[in-house]
Amino acid sequence: METTAWFAARQELPPNRRKLLAIGSFVLPILIWCLVSYVPFLWHPMVRISDPGAVDYFQADMLVDKAVFKAELETMQAQGGALPVGGLSNPIYLPPPHKVAEAFYTGFTTPPASKDGLWLHQSLWQSIQVIFWGFLLSSLVAVPLGVLAGTYSAVSRLFEPFIEFFRYLPAPAFGALAVAVLGIYEGPKIAIIFIGTFFQQVLIISNTTRKLDYALLEAALTLGTSRLKLLRHVVIPGILPDLYRDQRILLGWAWTYLIVAELIGTSSGITWFITQQARYEHFENVYAAILMIGIIGLGTDLVLAKLGKRLFPWDKPANKQ
Amino acid sequence: MDNTTHDYLTQSDAVKARFDKLKQREVILEVKGLNKVYKSAQGETTALSNVSFKTHRREFVCVIGPSGCGKSTLIRILAGLESYSGGQVLLDGKPVTGPGRDRGMVFQGYTLFPWLTVRKNVMFGLEMNGMSGEEARREADLWLELVGLERFASAYPHQLSGGMKQRVAIARALVNQPRILLMDEPFGALDAQTRCKMQAHLLDIWRNVDVTILFITHDLDEAILLADRILVLKANPGEVQELIEVPVPRPRSVDQLFTPEFIATKARLEALIHPPTAVASDEAETVKPHMIRFTNVADNVE
Repeated sequence: METTAWFAARQELPPNRRKLLAIGSFVLPILIWCLVSYVPFLWHPMVRISDPGAVDYFQADMLVDKAVFKAELETMQAQGGALPVGGLSNPIYLPPPHKVAEAFYTGFTTPPASKDGLWLHQSLWQSIQVIFWGFLLSSLVAVPLGVLAGTYSAVSRLFEPFIEFFRYLPAPAFGALAVAVLGIYEGPKIAIIFIGTFFQQVLIISNTTRKLDYALLEAALTLGTSRLKLLRHVVIPGILPDLYRDQRILLGWAWTYLIVAELIGTSSGITWFITQQARYEHFENVYAAILMIGIIGLGTDLVLAKLGKRLFPWDKPANKQ
Repeated sequence: MDNTTHDYLTQSDAVKARFDKLKQREVILEVKGLNKVYKSAQGETTALSNVSFKTHRREFVCVIGPSGCGKSTLIRILAGLESYSGGQVLLDGKPVTGPGRDRGMVFQGYTLFPWLTVRKNVMFGLEMNGMSGEEARREADLWLELVGLERFASAYPHQLSGGMKQRVAIARALVNQPRILLMDEPFGALDAQTRCKMQAHLLDIWRNVDVTILFITHDLDEAILLADRILVLKANPGEVQELIEVPVPRPRSVDQLFTPEFIATKARLEALIHPPTAVASDEAETVKPHMIRFTNVADNVE
């Protein structure tokens, strides 16, 4: 029984196992990363020079290919010069976990390089604002339009064919256009988030609206509800929990457009930080920044999920243990 | 024991007197020559053909018929949820043009609003028709008491059992004080025991409320137990076969299931709905003994 219980199709696991697996899903990738970083015989294709010896182009702390190092070592042995010394290492783009963890902390404590530069938390805040405004503006139009399209066939037939077409156009393709229209600062970035989310949002929400049991509308009609009141008193409250779930998924979607959006016009926000750090090969900082995006995204989603349970006590899927 | 010879048309004096009194009452719903034709790519299908009947105030009418006889179509037309191709539907002499609060409806699938508490569900119709919240709440609580669910007023529908949900649905329809309560196989999804309780419950409600009930079912016992008159439809196209006056005296209970009147009425319904010739000719429906068996020859269950 014990072994089958772990793999019973469509059966929920007991809470302690669920928790264990949830922790495991994070621990496992970190563990692999640790193994590759700290166990010298796993991968490690480079050699970090600690003493260049007589090789003229070697320098201390320089990374060279294992093969190059071996060739130079043999040459020196043959010529009888001072031998170069070095330890196995991973390429520069794979820093070990402790370096990234360190960078995660020092990122916030290091003042900006230039006087008018931004602290890391200021860059992050810029990014969050871009997401917030892009998603808010998109939702303000897409949610009502989606609900109307899902309720009234006329609205759906008028808008959805064009939206179906438009959603295949990649949002970054409008970058140059957005700069021409909206300038180089926040405007075009918000526009890209908007374009990236809006069209999907209308279609997803209209679909959700259509899934509302039509019998509920019929029941309301037989209770004397006028056709105008149906929308406010039956359709909207009926789809609200699903609409909320859609919005959570779509917010994640908006985040995925962030980096492209922030490269448009003047680079800003967390993207500016990432490109800047990558330019100086501070890859631990790059990883730290990417992790921050993930943490902010997952964090907001967890908070929103908790909030959803509070807001919709009648919603079964959300409250199911 | 002359059960078999008892005629379903024979009425005792008390039953006869009751029917005479019933027919004196004003007509609530009148259906005249109702037709319904569905048009599709394959051509036209007649769902209802020339259906006519009347119901009197506080009468309990059951509609029964084989599947495909259009009984659901009929009740949906009466509720105003579907259009009709010909004929007339009159409520208090006025033609029905669409859904309205004068005709309450209880669906088989409960259709309670999941986002509203039980009390708010019952208040829904009142509030949609402009009653203030406080007044609607008082009204709703009275009706919840009538269906015996006052303790569950603040529960959500998903916390209730099927029978309880259907009682809320009945209260929700009745709070509007409709002229007629239309019930579309309301107990069809319930288990036998709950259904039995719900039938007794419904009769009790009907006794205490000034409402006419039109009840669709495919369960013969249920129809006889509940109805004053049973409208029997036949399939393809849906036509009225007979309007039977149930000779079983009131008050009704399950103890009457084996009285001669009950058995005679049921025999008549059986004959109308499953005519003996039709069963014999329908080879697919009869179970024939098989030549092949998948069990050991000695391993018999009968």
